Amino acid sequence: MKATVLTRATLVVTLILSAFPIYWMFVVATRSNDVVGMVPPPMLPGGNLGENLERLFATEDANFAKGMLNSALVATTVTLSVVVLSSLAGFAFAKLRFRGRDGLLLVVLITMMVPLQQMGIIPLYMMMVKFGWTGELKAVIFPFLVNAFGVFLMRQYAVQAVPDELIEAARVDGCSTLRIYWSVVLPALRPAIAVLALFTFMQTWNEFIWPMAVLTQSNPTVQLSISALNGAHFQDYTLVFTGTALATVPLIVIFVLFGRQIIGGIMEGAVKA
Amino acid sequence: MLDVRKRSAASPAPPAVTKPRSRWSTWFDIKAVPYLLVSPYFILFAVFGLFPLGFTLWVSLHDWELAGDRDWVGFANYTELLQDGEFWNSVANTFGMFVLATIPQLVLALMLANALNKRMRFRLLYRLGVLVPMVTSIVAVAVVFGQLFARDYGFVNWLLRTDGLDWTADKWSSWSAISVMVDWRWTGYNALIYLAAMQAIPRDLYEAASIDGASSRRQFWQITIPMLKPAIVFTTITSTIGGLSLFTEPVMFAQGDVGGGSLGQFQTVAMYMYENAFRHFEYGYASAVSWMLFMMILLVCFFSFLFTRRIGGTK
Repeated sequence: MKATVLTRATLVVTLILSAFPIYWMFVVATRSNDVVGMVPPPMLPGGNLGENLERLFATEDANFAKGMLNSALVATTVTLSVVVLSSLAGFAFAKLRFRGRDGLLLVVLITMMVPLQQMGIIPLYMMMVKFGWTGELKAVIFPFLVNAFGVFLMRQYAVQAVPDELIEAARVDGCSTLRIYWSVVLPALRPAIAVLALFTFMQTWNEFIWPMAVLTQSNPTVQLSISALNGAHFQDYTLVFTGTALATVPLIVIFVLFGRQIIGGIMEGAVKA
Repeated sequence: MLDVRKRSAASPAPPAVTKPRSRWSTWFDIKAVPYLLVSPYFILFAVFGLFPLGFTLWVSLHDWELAGDRDWVGFANYTELLQDGEFWNSVANTFGMFVLATIPQLVLALMLANALNKRMRFRLLYRLGVLVPMVTSIVAVAVVFGQLFARDYGFVNWLLRTDGLDWTADKWSSWSAISVMVDWRWTGYNALIYLAAMQAIPRDLYEAASIDGASSRRQFWQITIPMLKPAIVFTTITSTIGGLSLFTEPVMFAQGDVGGGSLGQFQTVAMYMYENAFRHFEYGYASAVSWMLFMMILLVCFFSFLFTRRIGGTK
């Protein structure tokens, strides 16, 4: 079926609506506070970005530089862990035989359906108090080191991407299971790993409710910095928008570089964000 | 890297064991290593996922406060909750926003997917375009929308000529603003899922229907929709979980306050739970809220599942 004019128009409008809030964020971030009250609102960037950034990093209660750094650290650690642990488990579920395998896989599937972090937030907080981890990055790293979705995604991909004959052949050649994982399975899983890594990074970067509960403003993640900024300086439009724009830059870079893979991942029906 | 393919081809399945490995290490490799590979997931999940969930139930049966004072109260938290007007208010808000956001979202996503499925130039550009909202942070989005919906000089008020309308002030306006935020973020993602499912529908179904004289509208309802059923079930379940545990958008809409407006007009259940746990330090009571929310999610998922399975009826 060919697209009609109406279809095209719908898509163009959708595109504008999708991009506008992000564009607007950057427009305000480059202007001064006289955007407030301008009728009609300004649609083009101004020249105040540098000054706004200076003000942003000088705003002590938001702790923005530290927030950015912490978020980068947390998201990278979590992503590495999720990728390694999920691919190991996914490989075992897809290609190794062991007693109780199907039962355990079912457990993974069920847990995928439950928004656990949010449901168990109170005991999780008590645990962190007991460990003495409140206010520390450990507290926002450990609960996210694995997730059921990653294991399931890797399992699904490994089933079809790694031929059994290849594994048998490697075994005949005397490879240990770990060696097979490293030399046969990991290379075959690379496309799925890319998708999982991108999604995990974005999700961790965006995490809000748990960091808000367990961290403090003196050692925040970037989302907490924005929240603090928004709470304390909400009349200072441009300052808040500069912060949000800056915190969005890493995600936009990822999107520009890997957008195609992200779409592929979603369309393979594999991705739950 | 070791090239397995080549070597196995060169030596076609030799039954002889060519490597000098001890029996014990082979046994270990075959029997124990699989468990070692899956164990990190289960151990970490048990500690940071399952235990907290189960322990929430235990805490909810106590009068448990910050200082560590706790008394067993049985189901008292739950009976109190059932008579708690603020709790029911948050339930009503959550469901209100859930319905207000999810139904238009899925319908729009379906229409969008149908449009994206047409033949045209710049297909990748359009697909990337509808996905852009998903890669921004919810907090950032909420900040931007908060300003777009601002009472004084807000963009939306300027556009709609409704100067001075305070979108946070009452239920309907705040629900609508928050639903717009949620839909802006998720519609494109759901559209891509529908699009993927649409592309998997065999062409000859449509060809046969055309030969039989079915209009394209009829084809959409009689072929596309029934064939999309699994995708519709999937998106309904994920939006149900996301919608009922809504937290970040309304919190940011209230400048970081979990109270949800002056009268709690947009306080969700998740916010009410958070308020009780981390503002009033009533862990027992907040845990009961958690479990009620959990039960609600299971129940609604179950009903949405039943409902969406009936869509389209027979194939």
